[in-house]
Amino acid sequence: MGLTTKHIQLWLQKTNEKIQENKTYLTELDQAIGDGDHGINMARGFEEAIKKTAESDYESPSDLLKDWAMTLISKVGGASGPLFGTAILKMSMSVKGKAEINYAELTTAFEEALAGILQRGHAAENQKTLVDVWSPIVRFLQENTAFDSAAFTNQAKEAMEQTKDMQAEKGRAAYLKERSIGHIDPGSASSFYLLQSLSEVIEKEGVTV
Amino acid sequence: MKKLINDPNNVVEEMMKGMAAAHHDVLKHVPDTAVLTRVERTAGKVGIVSGGGSGHEPSHAGFVGKGMLDAAVCGPVFTSPGPDQVLEGIKAADSGAGVLLVIKNYSGDVMNFEMAMELAEMETITVDKVIVNDDVAVEDSTYTTGRRGIAGTVFVHKIAGAKAETGAPLAEVKASAEKAIRNVRSMGMALSACTIPAAGKPGFEMAENEMEIGMGIHGEPGIERTLLKTADEVAEELISKILQDGVHKSGDEVAVMINGLGSTPLMELYILNGKVSDILEEKGITVYKTFVGEYMTAIEMAGCSVSLLKLDDELKELLDAPAHTTAFRM
Repeated sequence: MGLTTKHIQLWLQKTNEKIQENKTYLTELDQAIGDGDHGINMARGFEEAIKKTAESDYESPSDLLKDWAMTLISKVGGASGPLFGTAILKMSMSVKGKAEINYAELTTAFEEALAGILQRGHAAENQKTLVDVWSPIVRFLQENTAFDSAAFTNQAKEAMEQTKDMQAEKGRAAYLKERSIGHIDPGSASSFYLLQSLSEVIEKEGVTV
Repeated sequence: MKKLINDPNNVVEEMMKGMAAAHHDVLKHVPDTAVLTRVERTAGKVGIVSGGGSGHEPSHAGFVGKGMLDAAVCGPVFTSPGPDQVLEGIKAADSGAGVLLVIKNYSGDVMNFEMAMELAEMETITVDKVIVNDDVAVEDSTYTTGRRGIAGTVFVHKIAGAKAETGAPLAEVKASAEKAIRNVRSMGMALSACTIPAAGKPGFEMAENEMEIGMGIHGEPGIERTLLKTADEVAEELISKILQDGVHKSGDEVAVMINGLGSTPLMELYILNGKVSDILEEKGITVYKTFVGEYMTAIEMAGCSVSLLKLDDELKELLDAPAHTTAFRM
């Protein structure tokens, strides 16, 4: 069985747990190279997404992803709201009409999500943004044919850690120029929690994708 | 953290309530939104909307009123409001002649305001935008995020608002706002850090004997961290960097804004302005008008910014036009 509405709900819950647990860490990352509110904003938005999606019984992954996305767009604010919101919204559009999501469909959903992030943020790879996690993870999905949880998480983690040595060219960290080197990009760290959570849900629930 | 607040997570809502109560003759809160809008509307006029993260008071709601903004969208502290709230601001400001968004150049603000424009177009409201990037502390580049929008934005509010009040169509209001953006340059400096209420501790450390030249209004890094200098030395550095940009030359007439960042007394701002006015006179630049006070703050940061707006006949007339807002009156 592929990813169902229930699994998407678990994905959101798991991500929220990680964001709440690491709220201070994410804010500290942002204090180092941004304006110091990333954890606060993500924690607020994900908490609202949990509340919003608890109100309805969703018929499809697409419907649930849409409410998740719209809540992030309106409640996270800053650059992260539109970027994470657009990513999830593009996934929702990509899997519309499907009750279950298989590997090929998941890959397409991630491709669409990345395209949305690139369009909204006008960023490219190697500029120390969440693109530096989403681009490698999309390539990883494209290069494989079945979901390997451990490898997926490792790929996401490695990509996140590589942002540490990059010099920021987009977002507020860009003002630091070379001083932005040596710190993990906060948006990449949040992206890692999102991807790690998906991986954990797929593994724990025995999802076949 | 030592702040006069009730709940760090509720500061923006409570501030909006207090503002609306204090200035009910000028502005009102649109229920269930992050929008403060004008009480008296001028029908058939282009609406001017600005906003962004809170913590910069009186920006932007303090400039809501006749002759400046029709609506201000108050995001969380230092965080752009989401597109749904910006859309509410657009709706509040729209009276059929279209709406101009005045956006400060930060990634989040630009993304959220652009998403709101797309939503407004779906509701058949005509919306256009200008992006203010007056901070010369940052290198200008189309490849990167580029220059930040800081206190010079208030001049853009004034010029756009005054032009809209004449009944000019959206394209002309936008053209005047863009002229103001081309003609305004700013630079700031900080003496101390500031604390986002929900974060509970300062965003960065600054030693008692240090200052930072070029620091942004959210504590973003500037050009250099140095030992504390005198007001005259700071005035020299800020003006010299602004003039290096080449917009303001001998023979020009300018409006000057000496802006306090939250914890700097007027005494110090006036001391700085004494030197600024001397330097401009030496350079052959005529000061037409000077504004000294708090226009765009960074919560309780100590420090200032200096903005110069080069004037022509049109901009002078628009700068002098009446404005009735809580933080700017002409």
